[in-house]
Amino acid sequence: MINKTVRDAKEAVADISSNSFLMMGGFGLCGIPENSIAALLERDIDGLTIVSNNAGVDDFGIGLLLQKRMVKKMISSYVGENAEFERQLLSGELEVELIPQGTLAERVRAGGAGIPAFFTPAGVGTEVAEGKETREFDGKIYLMEKWLRADFSIVKAWKGDTAGNLIYKGTARNFNPMMAAAGKICIAEVEELVPVGELDPNQIHTPGIYVQRIFQGKDYEKRIEKRTVSKD
Amino acid sequence: MLSKEQIAQRIAKEVQNGQYINLGIGIPTLVANYIPSNLDVVLQSENGLLGIGPFPTEDQVDPDLINAGKQTVSMVKGSVLFNSAESFAMIRGGHVHLTILGAMEVSENGDIANWKIPGKMVKGMGGAMDLVASAENIIVAMQHCSKDGECKLLPECTLPITGVRCVKKIVSDLAVLDISPEGGFILKERAPGVSVEFIREKTSGKLIIEGEVPEMEF
Repeated sequence: MINKTVRDAKEAVADISSNSFLMMGGFGLCGIPENSIAALLERDIDGLTIVSNNAGVDDFGIGLLLQKRMVKKMISSYVGENAEFERQLLSGELEVELIPQGTLAERVRAGGAGIPAFFTPAGVGTEVAEGKETREFDGKIYLMEKWLRADFSIVKAWKGDTAGNLIYKGTARNFNPMMAAAGKICIAEVEELVPVGELDPNQIHTPGIYVQRIFQGKDYEKRIEKRTVSKD
Repeated sequence: MLSKEQIAQRIAKEVQNGQYINLGIGIPTLVANYIPSNLDVVLQSENGLLGIGPFPTEDQVDPDLINAGKQTVSMVKGSVLFNSAESFAMIRGGHVHLTILGAMEVSENGDIANWKIPGKMVKGMGGAMDLVASAENIIVAMQHCSKDGECKLLPECTLPITGVRCVKKIVSDLAVLDISPEGGFILKERAPGVSVEFIREKTSGKLIIEGEVPEMEF
């Protein structure tokens, strides 16, 4: 089996250059590649375009990259809960393309699956449809949306093996599997890296064919945005 | 006038046995607290969970298990986890029967605006555009008027819209209203103690009144 292992996050992101087009998995702060973001912060690069459902919070996740002015453009569906993001956006320092969440997921999926465009009902008749082709199918209007593909996609999984096969946990799966397939180079960080043969083939979510680099992450903070508990 | 909890309680009466339901952030999330226990329904969270359980106890909290509002949640027996593309395949594919979401404005033909206030708020639409474009039944939970007294049930939306001709029913703090296929808000029920005249005064879109309008029951 091909060994995709790299030493650590620093090695995994070493060749990401300024103005790269990146994808990062995660929903809110759930399932984000914490180690890779930390390693990117140490790199002297900027002008990044990042596809990610959210933009982190002020002092965690992608918010850290924003603070260091490393990001030129975000492609996201929801960017609330981040004051620095809003400041940079309103001052014109940062570009943002807001996309309906299902369209975002499908554009990334299409990118990895070799489908250049598809039609969706989401956004018909709204600002999102401006300048886009529409077509009627069986009496309903749909909007054409194009695939998204990245120079690097950076994903986080729960367990992985040295061949790059990945298993996610809970709702930390979210955008990670589609992004893994949509990057020319997919970097996967995992909480537990095991030798090939140890993962049950029936349980693998992302086949290693999509993953070019994998490493064992460390010191996961897994910050919770809205800790909500029941009283009893 | 209804409290947020009462709006949620009234909406819960619309839930039917066997439905798969997506609840939006805010008042819609509260609806889960009032769904009668004799109904078998499954709550979908668009970040990749079917079968949302109650909020966890302190020792059950799992950072890898959240709802679309980023709150920590639990699972129920039979819960399923999946990725975001699969989640929206369920939504766009028409497999989710009922969507309940909040709104800043609704027009008399069923357009909804809830994602952007130009120059003020740039948070994004999240999954709302996919949901409203796809669900067969959409119920909106909202305040009838803004804090400044501006009506939010309008002839046409003034804010950028989230979807066209999609809302079927509104439960506000004043009333239950259906959207007429021909356009207009059909007044179905009044909040306890609120008169038809008061609702007429507070609704700037076309209000349709068909006979006696009963008070809501809980």
